[in-house]
Amino acid sequence: MTTATQSKISIQNIRKTFQLKNEEFVALGGVDLDIADNEFVTVVGPSGCGKSTLMNILAGLEEPTSGTASVGGKTVSGPGPDRGVIFQQYALFPWLTVRKNVEFGLKVAKVPAAERRERTDYFIKMVGLEQFADALPKMLSGGMKQRCAIARAYAVNPSILLMDEPFGALDALTRVKLQEQLLETWSQEKRTVMFITHDVDEAVFLANRVVVMAARPGRIFDIIDVDLPYPRTEEVRLSPRFAELRNRVWHSVYHQETSTAGSYSPSSPTA
Amino acid sequence: MSLAPTPLDRPGAQPESVPEKTNRRAVAPSKRTKLVVLNVLSIVGGISIWWILSLNGFNFPTPGDVALKAVALWDAGILQKDIAQSLARVLTGFLLGSLVAIPVGFLMGWYTTARGLFEPWIQFFRTIPPLALLPLVLVLMGIGELPKVFVIFLAAFLACVISTYQGVVNVDKTLINAARVLGAKDLAIFVRVVVPASTPFILVGMRVGLGSSWATLVASELLAAPAGLGKRMQDAQLYYDLPTIFVGIVCIGILGLVMDRLLLLAETKLTGWQERR
Repeated sequence: MTTATQSKISIQNIRKTFQLKNEEFVALGGVDLDIADNEFVTVVGPSGCGKSTLMNILAGLEEPTSGTASVGGKTVSGPGPDRGVIFQQYALFPWLTVRKNVEFGLKVAKVPAAERRERTDYFIKMVGLEQFADALPKMLSGGMKQRCAIARAYAVNPSILLMDEPFGALDALTRVKLQEQLLETWSQEKRTVMFITHDVDEAVFLANRVVVMAARPGRIFDIIDVDLPYPRTEEVRLSPRFAELRNRVWHSVYHQETSTAGSYSPSSPTA
Repeated sequence: MSLAPTPLDRPGAQPESVPEKTNRRAVAPSKRTKLVVLNVLSIVGGISIWWILSLNGFNFPTPGDVALKAVALWDAGILQKDIAQSLARVLTGFLLGSLVAIPVGFLMGWYTTARGLFEPWIQFFRTIPPLALLPLVLVLMGIGELPKVFVIFLAAFLACVISTYQGVVNVDKTLINAARVLGAKDLAIFVRVVVPASTPFILVGMRVGLGSSWATLVASELLAAPAGLGKRMQDAQLYYDLPTIFVGIVCIGILGLVMDRLLLLAETKLTGWQERR
């Protein structure tokens, strides 16, 4: 079992409820999860299972009703540059060029110009946008926008990356390409990643561990270890073991009511 | 608008090409030339029709008469003075109005307290045409420049403040969150996100404000103005001096158009980053 001291992200008994007209809506009903340093964890689940809420709590954009979330041993209170967030809608500042978008967090942190320039160039190059450094977001395709957002998140040197369905708005081909690029980036610049998706293939392809959530109330339904080797090539994607894991995750996501519930409990062994 | 293909990420295509930019540039000039030609044709045609009508029994001065009258007024030193006076009133009122409206709009959009305090008054005065306040303003401020500039100020302020406020309220929440997770605090979010994001709204408000400033100007000059385009037209009315009235109308039209174009130019410069569909 992963102990609290080893884990980078520690989520302890988090509940999040919303008061609707007459009833209480339980978005998250007691979630426990530990993520180890430099681990890549994907979270899948049906809509309404609270996966985005869980991420927002870690990002500090929402507060849990009860329970604590801590990152690197520090309890989360409010957003901060130690936790990079990548949004599905890219959230690039449309009035800033690619370079200025990537530079944004460094400027806010008052990093000296020379260092800023160097870091910005490095991360723009890392995501392969050097030819578009001075282009405005409106000139970029969806995939390029998301690569710019990834560079922007990396630029402030966060210890963890939280990604909320970052490739959800992209076409299937672009998505596969960006998945491979993301893993390449991640192998160069290791970070702890929590990646939310509704795409089972994506979840298995990227992760060390796949967390499957269930709705009403939002909870962790299952955790599946992915024992596929990195780098994950096309070969891995077409391997029988990938298909096997994918089927397992698929079953867990789409047949939650029929499968043996409670196959996961917080105390079960994890990576 | 643009038929340029949207850039697509293809696994094979590298580097990703962005054909949109070049295509738009290639298409635009011919389309623009066509528009300009049509504009000129329309203006020339319109003036011709005016001319023909006025020569065929309509009680209008011909465009020629109007032009001659304009030259005569200019030579007498009257037209410049009128234009200068009117322009000074409109610009003072409009610039002051916008200048006050922008911070008030920002305050209203950003702080609930400010919104709660300002909103009832702005909503109330918005429903009153500024000119309807003129009698009151005249009683309180006399018949000098002040009441005229004040009603123009009010017209510009009301148009711009609502629009600025809307701009701030409509700033995409995701952009604010994106700035927060990058470490930006309130002040940085305001300066680096809220202000640029609401610029398009402010400029639209300023253009609307400019329009209502002009509309308010002429009426405000009805009242004991020593000079001004509106005042000149009023006097001309007494003497059935139609050419002078036409000169006034044309001048107001042209000046309004020029100022609107200047604002439009500022808009394209400042908000060219917007994705237009």
